[in-house]
Amino acid sequence: MPDTLQKLEILADAAKYDASCSSSGAEKRNSRDGGLGSTTGSGICHSYTPDGRCVSLLKILLTNACVFDCSYCINRRSSNVQRARFTVDEVVSLTLNFYRRNYIEGLFLSSGIIRSPDYTMEQITRVARELRETHGFRGYIHLKTIPEAAPELIAEAGRHADRVSINVELPTENGLTKLAPEKRSATIRKTMGSLRLRIDETLADHRAPRFAPAGQSTQMIVGADGAPDTTILSTSANLYANYSLKRIYYSAFSPIPDASHALPVKAAPLVREHRLYQADWLFRFYGFSTDELTSGLPDGMLDLDIDPKLAWALRHRERFPVDVNTASREELLRIPGLGTKAIDKLIVARQHRVVRLDDLTRLAGSVKRARAFIVTADHRPTRILDDLHLRAKLAPPPKQLSLFG
Amino acid sequence: MYRIALKQQDSFEEFRDVVRGFITGEIAPEDISWQVDGDIDLFGNAAPPPRADAAISVPAGFPPLAQDVICHRDQERFALLYKLLWRLTHGERSLLLVASDPLVHRLRLMQKSVGRDTHKMTAFVRFRRVEDDAGERHVAWFEPEHHILRHVSSFFVDRFAAIRWSILTPDGAMHWDGSSLSFGPPVSRDQAPREDNVEDWWRAYYRSTFNPARANPTMQRAEMPKKYWHNLPEAPLIPDLLASARQRTARMIEAEPLAPRNTAGWQPDSAPGHEAGTLEALKTEAAACQRCPLWKPATQTVFGEGPADAAVVFVGEQPGDQEDLAGRPFVGPAGQMFDRALAEAGIDRARVYVTNAVKHFKYEPRGKHRIHKTPNNAEIDHCRWWVEREIELIKPELIVALGATAARSMTGRSLTISRERGRLTTLSGGRAGLITVHPSFLLRVPDADAQAREYRRFVEDLGLVATHLPAIRKAA
Repeated sequence: MPDTLQKLEILADAAKYDASCSSSGAEKRNSRDGGLGSTTGSGICHSYTPDGRCVSLLKILLTNACVFDCSYCINRRSSNVQRARFTVDEVVSLTLNFYRRNYIEGLFLSSGIIRSPDYTMEQITRVARELRETHGFRGYIHLKTIPEAAPELIAEAGRHADRVSINVELPTENGLTKLAPEKRSATIRKTMGSLRLRIDETLADHRAPRFAPAGQSTQMIVGADGAPDTTILSTSANLYANYSLKRIYYSAFSPIPDASHALPVKAAPLVREHRLYQADWLFRFYGFSTDELTSGLPDGMLDLDIDPKLAWALRHRERFPVDVNTASREELLRIPGLGTKAIDKLIVARQHRVVRLDDLTRLAGSVKRARAFIVTADHRPTRILDDLHLRAKLAPPPKQLSLFG
Repeated sequence: MYRIALKQQDSFEEFRDVVRGFITGEIAPEDISWQVDGDIDLFGNAAPPPRADAAISVPAGFPPLAQDVICHRDQERFALLYKLLWRLTHGERSLLLVASDPLVHRLRLMQKSVGRDTHKMTAFVRFRRVEDDAGERHVAWFEPEHHILRHVSSFFVDRFAAIRWSILTPDGAMHWDGSSLSFGPPVSRDQAPREDNVEDWWRAYYRSTFNPARANPTMQRAEMPKKYWHNLPEAPLIPDLLASARQRTARMIEAEPLAPRNTAGWQPDSAPGHEAGTLEALKTEAAACQRCPLWKPATQTVFGEGPADAAVVFVGEQPGDQEDLAGRPFVGPAGQMFDRALAEAGIDRARVYVTNAVKHFKYEPRGKHRIHKTPNNAEIDHCRWWVEREIELIKPELIVALGATAARSMTGRSLTISRERGRLTTLSGGRAGLITVHPSFLLRVPDADAQAREYRRFVEDLGLVATHLPAIRKAA
């Protein structure tokens, strides 16, 4: 039986494939009247691993034993990985010890499925209950919800947790059937639906029992099945609309030790994951429809060299140039290289001053990508838009993408 | 030339008291030289006596900006803030809204830098536990870029109110004794504790949570600049983790998969049966329905609900947003309207069966919302297969079609509801039926009087059902 330190190594390693570590969106709490911890509403990343991802929460599994046999998962039943299981007390003590030293914002607890979904959910919930009720813990708690677990257990999880999540794992039903034969997307969606109903209920009526005020999120693995970006993005649009998700995390498939034969040997490029996040952002905050981003893409894949907004603009040159002194917010949001914050500041500023190129540089940080697409008081692109080489001018010079920079 | 020597590095109050005199004395920015103690300019006149009685009105955005900027380490901060204040009070009152103005831009960048430093301090302070005469104490050493100690103090008090702690910095120290906060003089690094036994655990966690196949040191440095590293117990691990990442990944890719672990004793779920002879079995079968593409975006099949021997079956259009999430028919706003009308018509909800002509929610996603779309004839016709099997099993005396979609499903024809509603009729298959509007229609009637009228008519139609089938009446 491994000791607690070894368990920590095994069970943190097993949890690292979940991309989410966010601690944002919680209601504000502090410990001035007792207990331990606080949440500020925005997340705090306490460290960054050499893969550039943030460490905000103690992200571990309760156990990496699992009755399921999902090919992409290191913890699948048939994997030869070393198994371990934390006791409830071990997780509680690790969380509190790390928290007091300001290493973390709280706990993100997930688990392999052992015995039954109800048993597993009950164990996960017990950790959260111990932390909240016995130790007055007021930090952030994110719990992974087991789809088939009983509604009372899910309700208790939401009472203690700030955020709950279930991973959809793969963008298509077929992918799931092939790589995770025991998981059913129908069950996953049903659980997400009931989580959304509970979250909505809490938002609509403050007397309703507390339920995950920071909402729900999910994760999709990219590049493990053959689904192209267009499919991934329409699945995302559907998930956002259906379940009011706070976030969808895209996790580029990366090789795992003791990999299954069913998996591709090659990792999906990290830049693909990045482009998907950018596209996701465009339809959530920039008013793009999924169709606009996905139609006209060769092989249904986003361009890896340039960001999706620039790619869209190059496909729609007839919509440019846009005059930044007169255009509507909707039109401004379509300009490559301008973000929502810069645009909001621009809209206020132009009521008081005529905006010139220098002004825009100060508002947006840089106008390198934007300048071919905009008109300002002192700048009007001449025939730049017709230049067939515009794409080449704006794309970074071709180079071999390396994981090791 | 005036010169002013401020006593404190980070006091908005001191700055405010001083500028009152300057502004009311109409002293232009270029006539003032600002100094903070220890570095006093010996040439120039002393500051004029501040006219504390004179009130200056500044835009609401100024004090919060000044409070942040004053924490910045830039020697020019007081001069820049005074320049801004001068312009705000000399004809440019809306200047703060012009984010593109060079001065405003520069001050906003300074504010951002202070904000970022404050955030990084909340993130990268690492306490070490020590024992002293009074018991347990958590002590941290930190080197902030700006004068943010006071700025950040409430964060740590909020978070660790019940613990005794100290944060030591080259600019000063702050101490919390469990009930009050105090500030002390600068402390040197060697006065801070050197280790804590939990750090081994933290390093073990840090090592294990790194995925070597995703090494991306540029990204790491962007988010965790090297200047913070020497106070982070996990940072010394970074070079080795990176150095071994490539090798670890290559080993993973090259390794021959081992034989799968023996997993005997585990049984896959058995496939659901066919030949549904009961409503329950039919429901299970319908849950897997893929007869038309509507199943793809929907959450689940929403099947009918009610007693298996109900005398009347109400057929609606399709599940809506709420029904799709809950997996039950008629629970959303239209469902609540329907329940109210049923009760008013004297019908016992528990004795009727309600279902929909189409079992999956058809919609168009728009941002975070789903806009209901009316099912087309092909979808209605595909789904009729389920409704007919529900009706065959229940054998009701009467079927009530609510709205055009249900009417199409129950008659096979497209009908005008206003012409057909309100009388008993014969449906396809020879069953007795009644056609009326769908309760969601009532929700869409814009004017309140018309809505009340339509609601009455709907209750009257339902009243017909109750007259025809006294068995479903509510007990008085």
